[in-house]
Amino acid sequence: MELIISEKNSISRIIKKVDEYFSKIEKQQLRDQIVEDIYGCAERIASKNVRIEGGRQTDWGEKVDDILTSKWLGFPIMLLLLGGVFWLTIIGANYPSAMLGEALFWVEDRLTEFFTWTQAPEWLYGILVMGVYRTMAWVVSVMLPPMAIFFPLFTLMEDLGYLPRVAFNLDNFFKRAGTHGKQSLTMSMGFGCNAAGVIAARIIDSPREKLIAILTNNFVPCNGRFPTLIILATIFMGNMVNSAYSSFVAAAVVVGIVLVGIIITLLVSWGLSKTFLKGVPSSFTLELPPYRKPQIGKILVRSFLDRTLFVLERAVMVAAPAGVFVWIFANTGIGGVSLINYVANILDPFAVLIGLDGIVLLAFILGFPANEIVIPIIVMSYLSAGAMLEPDSAEALREILVTNGWTWVTALSTMLFSLLHFPCGTTLLTIRKETESLKWPVFSFLLTTTIAIVVNFLVVQLIYLF
Amino acid sequence: MYLTNLPLGSKGRVVKLTAKGKKRRRLLDLGLIPGTVVEAIRRSPSGDPTAYIIRGTVLALRSEETNFIEVEELTQRRDILWA
Amino acid sequence: MGLTARSSGLNLLRENFNIDYSKKNPIIALAGNPNTGKSTVFNGLTGLRQHTGNWPGKTVTQAQGNFRYQGQEFTLIDLPGTYSLLANSTEERIARDFICFARPDATIVVADATNLERNLNLVLQVTELTDNVILCLNLMDEAERKNIKIDVAGLKNDLQIPVVPTVARDGKGLKELKNTVYDIVNKNIVVHPYRVKYSPEIENAVEELVQELRTMLTGIEKYINLHWLSLRLLEGDKTIMRSIKDLFLKDDSFETKTEGVVQTDGVNYI
Repeated sequence: MELIISEKNSISRIIKKVDEYFSKIEKQQLRDQIVEDIYGCAERIASKNVRIEGGRQTDWGEKVDDILTSKWLGFPIMLLLLGGVFWLTIIGANYPSAMLGEALFWVEDRLTEFFTWTQAPEWLYGILVMGVYRTMAWVVSVMLPPMAIFFPLFTLMEDLGYLPRVAFNLDNFFKRAGTHGKQSLTMSMGFGCNAAGVIAARIIDSPREKLIAILTNNFVPCNGRFPTLIILATIFMGNMVNSAYSSFVAAAVVVGIVLVGIIITLLVSWGLSKTFLKGVPSSFTLELPPYRKPQIGKILVRSFLDRTLFVLERAVMVAAPAGVFVWIFANTGIGGVSLINYVANILDPFAVLIGLDGIVLLAFILGFPANEIVIPIIVMSYLSAGAMLEPDSAEALREILVTNGWTWVTALSTMLFSLLHFPCGTTLLTIRKETESLKWPVFSFLLTTTIAIVVNFLVVQLIYLF
Repeated sequence: MYLTNLPLGSKGRVVKLTAKGKKRRRLLDLGLIPGTVVEAIRRSPSGDPTAYIIRGTVLALRSEETNFIEVEELTQRRDILWA
Repeated sequence: MGLTARSSGLNLLRENFNIDYSKKNPIIALAGNPNTGKSTVFNGLTGLRQHTGNWPGKTVTQAQGNFRYQGQEFTLIDLPGTYSLLANSTEERIARDFICFARPDATIVVADATNLERNLNLVLQVTELTDNVILCLNLMDEAERKNIKIDVAGLKNDLQIPVVPTVARDGKGLKELKNTVYDIVNKNIVVHPYRVKYSPEIENAVEELVQELRTMLTGIEKYINLHWLSLRLLEGDKTIMRSIKDLFLKDDSFETKTEGVVQTDGVNYI
């Protein structure tokens, strides 16, 4: 016990003594000298034992970087790569999505037969098949194919080492927004999952900049929202042109939405740097590592196991109870009006102002646990109101939506709202964990929702004006 | 001249650091000690940062850092061995 | 009870780093610069037997895993990738504190063979802290492609530590690495690394300070290399004293009683 105290006192005495011996400048010089001596030693040992034979090889990676980060081509290539990934996802996902849908709805028919045969009560059939099964089938058929294509492509870019180049290209914008250069790396993680993006903000040392990265990560659409964006872009924007170009147009629209997300991220970061989280960007070093040959096998395994299955599992877990909930809501009512329509009617006047309708807004609210189920909820709610279509294809989905009054403006508004609205439950929980406070998740919720409402309102009013 | 002004493609030798405190420590730890030769290789299309080869690693530094690193430009001379 | 009396101190200290020490596995630390393929080495050694958590009190991800060699099980701790251990960032402080205080039974430093000089800078800082260091010279295939020839024997001789060339992506050299870990842990080889020789003005100052420390801090010598501690004090690194305070002087049995001392000793541990 005494020993501890005397040790403590000794430590402080020693620190004082050192402070007396050496002035601040002397200490700085000593430190400089220490680092120099270590590097000098490393230099000596390295030069003694390393030989470069036959001259330095010209590095193809440097030539690639000359193009990827060039003044004129850097940004267009970034957009093209992003668009390319979306395009491959859109055209690649179309066919398997339809097949999966067909298969899953074939199973639904068999389930129906089974329930009819056992003469199960109507409500049980409704909850289990029309509620749970149908919602889950929807989530799987709509989400699995795009994710199974998008994630490996994205992991490939990551593995190649392209992400640091993106950070390099965009850094000046982030600097001007008063944030850390590594924020773009956390945003890249957000494309997979915003909760992962929030955790990724750990790489930022300064608490202020870390908070900004955490609070704005939601403006990057995660893969729970990508299917929504991709499907709506395909069936509304893609369909506006000749079918030969439709997938390109759809990809371009999704890129546009992502760009809006990035611009909003920068604006909000700038705003936060000037208000709640005042400060100047801290110093920043980014390594541009050499490109490495990607390990295709590992990419496929990792992107499928760690990302695709993980996200799908989460979606299905949320979809099942949500399916029960929505089915009950849709099938119980007050005076002939289902609860869903009842609530939707209340929300409708407000929803219309921001380009949605009551059902869509309600779907976003019900989709709080996981954004993946927003479209399935919309469809279920519409279907419960009458038309018993089996939404097993993009065309069928389009019909359902159009029948319920959707136009390209509704699609655009839904996409924007999906991009900007409140983070999902998991992300908010993660924000709470990472910031160790309740204040920031609440702030994040209010901030994003306010921005979503304002942006949607302005866009819709502008469109109607012209 | 400061590292910020070192033209792309040329090499410079670090003369001294004018940064203080934590920034100085960080720059030193990256190997930017007097006598170190660095080469400016590319600039971000957004204007900043700039990537340098520093002791075999390509590192991008913002002008907030390079403004505190004094260098002397080395006259361009082709190394005969590597020509 | 004081620092000197804490015979079980090491295990307690390891628990401070969220290390599960119930199995009494030897603890192996994995250090290295960023982008040296450190995580490939980690995955290559541990396979699927790994889990991630947090470093205590910090939102920095910690990965640990197990591997088996010659019937013995080892616990491998992946330290954050850093260029240096001079504690300029949370990551550097975590890596330094772990090597310094959790005292791993062996420390593997993964280095990029194509860029030895920068990587040796970290190696030399690690060997200042601990004797049992293994240099894992990774990305040997890249080095070969770039016509970089490394004299492994010469390097071994200069650094006085085992050097194992690897191509971790292809699993090459990992068995040799495990073997070296095994040998060090079981004292089949004893390592006395080469230490950086500092300029006379620094060595003189250090000399003086070591004397002071020796008389004033009788207990701490067992845990920390005084030469190294003097260097940190000389360069004005206050984080090391904060770490000492956090780790050594935080034991439930006397935490409350010593609190008053912390407040009155007038040192600002920032």
